[in-house]
Amino acid sequence: MTSVSSSSEFHHQHHFKSAEHQYASSKQGIWLFLCTEILMFGGLFVGYLIYHSLYPTVFKNGSETLDWKMGAVNTVVLLVSSFTMAAAINYVQRGLHKIAAIMLALTIACAAAFMVIKYFEYSHKFHVGTVPGKFSLVDPSCAAGGKRATCESKIAALLKNPAELEKNHVSAEEVSRLKAVISQPKWEMFYGFYFVMTGLHGIHVVAGALMIFWIFIKTLRRKVGPEYYTPVEGVGLFWHVVDLVWIYLFPLLYLVG
Amino acid sequence: MSSAHTKTEHGHTDHNYLNHGSGIWSWMTTLDHKRIGLMYFATVATLFLIGGFFALGIRLHLAKFGAEPLLSPDTYNKFMTFHGAIMVFMVIIPGIPAFLGNFVLPIQLGAKDVAFPRLNLASYYIFIAGAALAASSMIFNQVDTGWTFYTPYSTAKTSNGVILLVMGAFTMGFSSILTGLNFIVTTHKLRAPGMTMDRIPLMIWALYSTSIIQILATPILAITLLLIGAEKTLGVGIFDPDLGGDPVLFQHFFWFYSHPAVYIMILPAMGVISELITAFSKKTIFGYRAIAYSSVAIAAVSFLVWGHHMFVSGQSTLAGIIFSIITMFVGVPTAIKLFNWISTMYRGTVTFEAPMLFALGFMFLFTIGGLTGVFLASTGMDVHFHDTYFVVAHFHYVMVGGTLMALMGGIYYWFPKMFGRMTSDLGGRISWVLIFTGFNVTFFPQFVLGAMGMPRRYFDYLPEYTNLNQISTVGSWLIGLGFLVGLITIIHGIFKGEKASDNPWGAKTLEWQTSSPPPHENFTTTPTVTAGPYDFR
Repeated sequence: MTSVSSSSEFHHQHHFKSAEHQYASSKQGIWLFLCTEILMFGGLFVGYLIYHSLYPTVFKNGSETLDWKMGAVNTVVLLVSSFTMAAAINYVQRGLHKIAAIMLALTIACAAAFMVIKYFEYSHKFHVGTVPGKFSLVDPSCAAGGKRATCESKIAALLKNPAELEKNHVSAEEVSRLKAVISQPKWEMFYGFYFVMTGLHGIHVVAGALMIFWIFIKTLRRKVGPEYYTPVEGVGLFWHVVDLVWIYLFPLLYLVG
Repeated sequence: MSSAHTKTEHGHTDHNYLNHGSGIWSWMTTLDHKRIGLMYFATVATLFLIGGFFALGIRLHLAKFGAEPLLSPDTYNKFMTFHGAIMVFMVIIPGIPAFLGNFVLPIQLGAKDVAFPRLNLASYYIFIAGAALAASSMIFNQVDTGWTFYTPYSTAKTSNGVILLVMGAFTMGFSSILTGLNFIVTTHKLRAPGMTMDRIPLMIWALYSTSIIQILATPILAITLLLIGAEKTLGVGIFDPDLGGDPVLFQHFFWFYSHPAVYIMILPAMGVISELITAFSKKTIFGYRAIAYSSVAIAAVSFLVWGHHMFVSGQSTLAGIIFSIITMFVGVPTAIKLFNWISTMYRGTVTFEAPMLFALGFMFLFTIGGLTGVFLASTGMDVHFHDTYFVVAHFHYVMVGGTLMALMGGIYYWFPKMFGRMTSDLGGRISWVLIFTGFNVTFFPQFVLGAMGMPRRYFDYLPEYTNLNQISTVGSWLIGLGFLVGLITIIHGIFKGEKASDNPWGAKTLEWQTSSPPPHENFTTTPTVTAGPYDFR
């Protein structure tokens, strides 16, 4: 009674009148779900707005330590992936399975490229110590609830040590930016937002890539096609939302100083 | 007759949803919304017993019958947390929508199933996973924050068990979103021919409004709970004053969900009551549109009133005044419903079977809960009543007196449809008398205690509060006994109840036009609707 159906002989589920009826219902469901995704990120954007207005200097200095070039590359990567995703939907609708599968594979490759770039960004942040609250401190007893004000941060420790700086590829320009960051109290706040927002977005990228892989398999096995492409379109819409969230995250975190 | 479909099967067909497939596996993998509804019923009832155990423990401790306190302060806080978290997240929020809603919504619409049956089953298992995750905090690392997880206590001081509990609540929230989404699409897309939006039963309007809240509010809870997890594991600082964060922001986020959540709890209850009042008054409901639109109005206003939880949190006086005024607006659509129910009963042929008693109990208790809400919405009085037993009594009158009364009434009302058997009406009435009496004995004294200044959540109290606390505890045993009688009545009904006819109450909505229990696809032929849902003549 449910639908594992192939494109050539597609049956809609028993409680729908027709395939069109089922398609319209599924699409409404996906859009409602995407609303909840946007609202969930909305909570973070509200928080960002509040703290940005409370600590403008912290957010300015913080955003200057982010590598806007990497962010920009990632933006392009995601935009390209949205294009390949849209193309994949189009090809599935036209029954061109082979090129659709190629497009889906390219989308997954873009997702992977995004995460690899993210990995480089994150690992550099971990090395220089621009991380949220608890992990920014050298003395673990401070992280466990001691007085933070009297604790030395990892950046401060790093900046005192030229050998370490060189090992971690920290340029002179970056040294001055890092110094500007720790000159402000509550500087960890910016990285709290940075890691939570990009982290949650990253989880969505991975989840999206897994779903695209699922429809990639479906496409190869010709379970979708001109008569039935709801899952392809649904995953595509999800992927566009993931892209859309990044399009807001990138200027907010990397460019707005 | 609201429907003109031709083939109503009388008596009992051999084939219905209960024997459509047999064995435990056919239940575990079912895509039938009726079976999923019953699975929620079993789950929620079990969780209710656990939550009730903690409630009785709290009350027994507070009675101070012995010289030694029954619970240590630490254990008391944990009891309070688990009582609140279980009852709110696992019983009252899913109770009516996921259980009764799943069972009746598609049948009332004349649909064969919900729009996404597999998603519906997935929601159930996601709920189970969330409940298991939350329950694991009972075993591994108990939580003592209260169900509100207020920061900075929850993020800076208490054990890491909080992570398990908030992730459990997060997971259950996901289930709640998916159920709401399913209901909205079902209501939009799967109505039977002729079932226009102004012919859908009021239960559906209530569930529809609830689903809107579930979709719009739950994501905010999701991000809030994720931030608690992030705060606890990474120390991100958004709610931590030490890092420049603000605990009051947590309260804003939390109540931006949790106030609308109060209407996730109460709107479906109001839907149930609309069904019960018409069925047992044998009269067309008074003001169908007013009741329907008031549900949507309550849903809309629910998003604008969260600040009334924070009158004493240091928010500005102006914000307090605005929130106070908007909060009082909630009374308008609520009163519209209440007056319409009373007008429906007026000159109706009212009978007092168990479900109707619960409906009347709802109206009585919910009115007290609602009116005391006006006290708390007034900024000046709230300063006096804030965090006292007055608040405890108020929200128990609303949630327990409201939602659980409606849930019990709804179970007795739809029981014949679910199982094809009747429950003992005497059993139902006895359970009503015990619950209703016990409830008032338990919670009315708490209004007085609150007005006298007894703070809520405390482990101990001054000697002058002793008598009222002991009365309250005795009342809690009556409630426990009442639910026990109710449980026995239901179990007895399932196995030994009289055979039910297709429409034992003479109600007019579509679910009564099919056989009891309904066939797997709800109707043998798709009904065509030609008139409104409550056309009694």
